[in-house]
Amino acid sequence: MSVLDSKIPEGSLENIWSDYKSHVKLVNPSNKRKLEVIVVGTGLAGASAAASLAELGYKVKAYCYQDSPRRAHSIAAQGGINAAKNYKNDGDSVFRLFYDTIKGGDFRAREANVYRLAEVSASIIDQCVAQGVPFAREYGGLLDNRSFGGAQVSRTFYARGQTGQQLLLGAYSALSRQIGLGNVEMFSRHEMVELVNIDGKTRGIIARDLKTGKLERHFGHAVVLATGGYGNVFFLSTNAMGCNVTAAWKAHKKGAFFANPCYTQIHPTCIPVSGDYQSKLTLMSESLRNDGRVWVPKKQGDKRKAIDIPEEERDYYLERKYPSFGNLAPRDIASRAAKEACDDGRGVGESGLAVYLDFADAIKRLGKEVVEARYGNLFDMYKHITNEDPYKLPMRIYPAVHYTMGGLWVDYNLMTTVKGLYATGECNFSDHGANRLGASALMQGLADGYFVLPYTIGDYLSGEIFTKSISTDHPAFVEAEKAANDRIEKLLSVNGNRTVDDFHRELGKIMWDYCGMARTAEGLIKAKGLLSQLREDFWKDVKVTGSANELNIDLEKAGRVADFIELGELMVNDALQRNESCGGHFRVEYQDEGEAKRNDDEYAYVSAWEHKGVGHEAQLHKEALVFENIKLATRSYK
Amino acid sequence: MKFNLKIWRQKNAQAAGKMVDYTIENINADMSFLEMMDVLNEQLIRKGDEPVAFDHDCREGICGMCSMHINGRPHGPLRGTTTCQLYMRNFTDGETIFIEPFRANSFPIIRDLVVDRSAFDRIMQVGGFVSVNTGQVQDANNIPVNKADADLAMDAASCIGCGACVAACKNASASLFVSAKISQYALLPQGRIEAQERVLAMVNQMDEEGFGSCTNTGACEAECPKGISLTNIARMNREYYVASIS
Repeated sequence: MSVLDSKIPEGSLENIWSDYKSHVKLVNPSNKRKLEVIVVGTGLAGASAAASLAELGYKVKAYCYQDSPRRAHSIAAQGGINAAKNYKNDGDSVFRLFYDTIKGGDFRAREANVYRLAEVSASIIDQCVAQGVPFAREYGGLLDNRSFGGAQVSRTFYARGQTGQQLLLGAYSALSRQIGLGNVEMFSRHEMVELVNIDGKTRGIIARDLKTGKLERHFGHAVVLATGGYGNVFFLSTNAMGCNVTAAWKAHKKGAFFANPCYTQIHPTCIPVSGDYQSKLTLMSESLRNDGRVWVPKKQGDKRKAIDIPEEERDYYLERKYPSFGNLAPRDIASRAAKEACDDGRGVGESGLAVYLDFADAIKRLGKEVVEARYGNLFDMYKHITNEDPYKLPMRIYPAVHYTMGGLWVDYNLMTTVKGLYATGECNFSDHGANRLGASALMQGLADGYFVLPYTIGDYLSGEIFTKSISTDHPAFVEAEKAANDRIEKLLSVNGNRTVDDFHRELGKIMWDYCGMARTAEGLIKAKGLLSQLREDFWKDVKVTGSANELNIDLEKAGRVADFIELGELMVNDALQRNESCGGHFRVEYQDEGEAKRNDDEYAYVSAWEHKGVGHEAQLHKEALVFENIKLATRSYK
Repeated sequence: MKFNLKIWRQKNAQAAGKMVDYTIENINADMSFLEMMDVLNEQLIRKGDEPVAFDHDCREGICGMCSMHINGRPHGPLRGTTTCQLYMRNFTDGETIFIEPFRANSFPIIRDLVVDRSAFDRIMQVGGFVSVNTGQVQDANNIPVNKADADLAMDAASCIGCGACVAACKNASASLFVSAKISQYALLPQGRIEAQERVLAMVNQMDEEGFGSCTNTGACEAECPKGISLTNIARMNREYYVASIS
């Protein structure tokens, strides 16, 4: 019997969530005032949760490492947000969105969670419009939609190429309103560095005030982690520089299981790496694939300029291999196809690690004005970075680490394996299986924060109404603060020879080479050795300057990289045990002519890892995935 | 490429700061400005010196966290560009580059190039929202919006809250930032209901925070990395007068 109880209610798929809402335990308004909830992270999932919980009457404390909650990396999402509104009358429905998401995730997500996500998706659009989010509109004044990868309907709502920004600013405005009303206490420039558990329940956090370096103790009846993904384990990714796994990792070390860590999404349309000084990669929205055509030369080593290569010598490989989805094939498939073309010696650009994304046809068909209206800011961004004009030359793109489907294991209530500790948004593992579809991250973050957690958290908090605020002098707080402090002292005392970035770059290279787009058992075993060596070297040879009691950017980064190294070891273990290919996890040994070969008989489960100490093998628990409403099928976009 | 850097160093809010000279060599023209700063910082750390603290996060020009004053201009020499989107090819080999924090009384320095812009958050907290709770709303298409208005609202909503407008203004006025938010909501039916309370509250808070007055020099628009238009300030003023007399 598994220790994992997903707590999915009984019933037919269409009714589970509405039945749940009708029967979930409630907390009366006077009791809500006495209950304190900590929300860590203020991206879409965190800001929406903090605002909604405060509206309900809970006392909320919110934390972010940035200088303002408005800066969380959700802001960088470009393309859009999916919702089953069927405004286009093109046959969309809740079931279709659910099915596309499950299929897009290569049948490695829970049916009930994904159905709920599809079900609440329409409410998200309503909510955001009411908040004043300026979505794109048609001339009749109604909302416009575009299509996105992995779907044959147009269900993606957007605000130019800045949808994430507008949705985040909407959630931030709702949060700001609650801060102004005194219902949320906001702690900017604060980083969670420890979790505090008392008698088997999470009761608070230790946060470091990044301005002063002071460690602070904060009590909460429940703690919500909305701290995003861990893509920066690869050093180069499309994540913001500060994105990190630290909060989730501390939770993992205090009992929260980590699920499917090896499921990472490599996004097909990013600007290629240009040099070894590079600090991050920039995404070009997937929406570009609506009108851009992806191609490479048919000939290997063809160094001619793009415009000099005639039509018949170009290989529009996505259109060729996947005629029914064409350039809108899902991300994992498009990424792998790009890698294949480059591995085959047909990559373009100086490094040969790039493919073309060409708008010449679209400009001919639609005119430059229309293309500019749709993608102007993306084209500008491309030009800024590469110094090339995409209106004249095709863009050069290459896959880059973008999103992590894995995360803290949560049940239907979004609660982790530690009572009172919740995880929402990219921080949890729940909805995207082994591959996330475009425009679904924004959907999930806001679904969790606005429409799921505010209900499910009541189920737990209704049992906490007699729990008085626990003093932060409690030994558990003292101990957690001491652990955080010891670690900081240790980082500062090593005084070795290598910089934090030096270690981070090496970590990234190991992860990209052995646990990136293509993985083999042999490579993963090698990576295990390299990573444990890297961890030991880190603690012997890292050089961290400055002191603990000040704003210290070097120290902040050091703590995060130390956690990333440990996470890397877990990711490799997870990739090694999963002897199949699915979604973003591609094991070279398991394929059918380049297409991922799943093994549903043996691997239709969620892997959930229990921490057993640093340097010790984590223990694997399996949650079987049961599909009652859809038939498992080979994912085909042909 | 080689550069002489003159960078503002200040240990903390209380300490006195000063310009410190650095020389940096072997810089690739395709490196971003912040990557050049990373290289400098890694060199400093290797020597056992403390790195230059600066704010940055997304490095793709959207989060609004980067905030340097470069050669006397917020976000440096290029129009419509945040610091993180500057590339070294935008500078000349051998050039001396002055790097300072955004300067405004309402943005106190925390350390080196890092300033405290929480005043912007506090302005937002008094009115930068539509008062609507989660779940109590109607179908999205029941609120049609004229496309032209929606586009103008989106133009205003593109503000990234970086504070370059304040840093560029000789009065350290926050009018462009505040008016962008006021405009976004004023142009949309959803925002009209609270328009009067909003503009009064936000303008009042802007004054409370110590930002200067707007004298229409237009420096804010010229330096805004997102090209937020001065007409937003005109719209804010109109909204403000209407609200004041009604």
